[in-house]
Amino acid sequence: MGNDYKALVLLAIGLAIFPWVVANPYYISVLVFVGIHALLAMGLTLLLGFAGQLSLCQAAFFGIGAYTSGVLTARFGINPWLAMGMAMGFTGGVSVLLGTPALKLRGHYLAMATLGFGEIVNIVLKEWVDLTGGPSGLTGIPRLVLAGTKFDTEVKYYFLVWPIVLAVMIFLLHLVRSRVGRALQALNRSEQAAEVMGIPVSAYKIKTFLLSAVLSSLAGSLYAHFITVISPESYSIVFSLMILVMVIVGGMGSFWGSLIGAFVMTILPEYLRMFEDWDIIIYGMILLFILMFMPKGLVFVIQSPLKKTLKRLGAISLFGR
Amino acid sequence: MDSFSQLFQLFITGVTVGSIYAMVAVGFNMIYNTTDVVNFAQGEFVMLGGLVMVSLHATFGIAMPLAFFLTVAIVTGVGIAFERLTIHPLKKPSLVTLVLITIAVSFLLRGIAMFVWGKDSHPLPAFSGEKPILLWGAAILPQTLWIVGVVLVLVFFLTYFFNFTLLGKAFRATAINKEAASLMGIDVKKVVLFSFAMSAAIGAVAGMIITPITLIEYDRGPMFGIKGFCAAILGGIGNSGGAVVAGLVIGILESFGAGLLSSGYKDAMAFLVMLLILFFRPGGLLGKYEIE
Repeated sequence: MGNDYKALVLLAIGLAIFPWVVANPYYISVLVFVGIHALLAMGLTLLLGFAGQLSLCQAAFFGIGAYTSGVLTARFGINPWLAMGMAMGFTGGVSVLLGTPALKLRGHYLAMATLGFGEIVNIVLKEWVDLTGGPSGLTGIPRLVLAGTKFDTEVKYYFLVWPIVLAVMIFLLHLVRSRVGRALQALNRSEQAAEVMGIPVSAYKIKTFLLSAVLSSLAGSLYAHFITVISPESYSIVFSLMILVMVIVGGMGSFWGSLIGAFVMTILPEYLRMFEDWDIIIYGMILLFILMFMPKGLVFVIQSPLKKTLKRLGAISLFGR
Repeated sequence: MDSFSQLFQLFITGVTVGSIYAMVAVGFNMIYNTTDVVNFAQGEFVMLGGLVMVSLHATFGIAMPLAFFLTVAIVTGVGIAFERLTIHPLKKPSLVTLVLITIAVSFLLRGIAMFVWGKDSHPLPAFSGEKPILLWGAAILPQTLWIVGVVLVLVFFLTYFFNFTLLGKAFRATAINKEAASLMGIDVKKVVLFSFAMSAAIGAVAGMIITPITLIEYDRGPMFGIKGFCAAILGGIGNSGGAVVAGLVIGILESFGAGLLSSGYKDAMAFLVMLLILFFRPGGLLGKYEIE
């Protein structure tokens, strides 16, 4: 935990300085997307890496969050923060309704059930034109306003999103080290053994699913208020797979991995754009390379040098202790 | 057109696409049975089959029967390379890693296909004429008969293969228990390789027979893959007979859903059916047992 906090402080300092070093709004907006993707990846890491449940509908929760926020604010004029809370509540409710039967299934069956649900959500978003605007998208989503500040520039939004990401990160780091986290790891190893030890396995699985859905919904609301126009194709199975790829590439056993995965997999497509039609091939090859040669994710490749650096920083007592 | 012939027409359309889902599902099962891996690149074999055939027949002018077998050979080669280069070299990979590798391969194949064939849809002439056969007021394309015929041949072939050949029995033994199978002298690695080869071949055939009806383009794979997977689940995963029936059921449901309810929600039908099956009958429609 000590090392985590040192790393978090370093990260926070780096993030706080960045906009002054790089004033280019394009880079800032890419980092806003990194933050939003990190929330999604952390939710799935909790579910997959700690509780061992594979979900392929994170994009659907992301979409439900974005559309609930979007529809409530753009069509019904509800306060964006209230709408965000309502979106999280609604997504949470949906996730419990889906999770209660689905989490009884294991492995591929759970993956397919969530995938099927994700596709259904995507089709509804496309077809319910009266409410969602259909394939052409939902427009006119207002900006967020807090204490008189309107979050209408990339830099302002950046300073809204990243504190949320870091707060969620701290919460999750504590959560997995608590009684709950140990229970999740136990049920990941063996549900039967966990049950015998007195852990209410299905309740824990559903609560974890709920938490990951709520985080995805939060990410979706933040996304909707940032780009202000949302359309259904951003919430398809392809994006669910992309979130999974972020988690795996970063390293699914660690929330730092989610952060790294979100960073790499958000920057990479942007960077690959200059290769135009080659991008899918290069993307596939990089993915294949990471999966085949570093299956534990990038976090394990950079962790030990990072730890050494942190230790050295600790030795000169930059952060005390 | 009276309502009976309309329903019959929808039924015919359903059987046509359903046959393709059935073949994709059979291909899924092939790999799943020997490796426990859900192959997300399964739809890509279908796409490649269609596009390679288009090139060989329409571009290079190779006669259809020869082009047919050449396409099967080429796509089978892709399946073999897929297994040899990505799955085979790994020592003790986790299941999630393997599944993600198939996702990465599907990106790669789609990217290569886009590069070679571009983003346009490609047509292929029907195997034997375009003149529809009229039956009970419904128009049946000769190509539909080809598709149904191919599925029947496939079912016959698989039944023969799994029950009466040594390799087929080795497949079944491997599916039941890998360790026991290898103790009995079965080369499990070779069986895995064969499963990828056969799965790719079945996918290629599916792609070739559907292209004259629906055209084909580089990013059609995932749709075939997901629907085929629904069929595999519905039929009880690993069960090839079930997969064929389930593929047809999904195709027919979709066709009726599109024709009678709403074409926009037709894709949702397959997934809704799959969810209901998973929640209430997880062993599949024809499954006898509960999954764990």
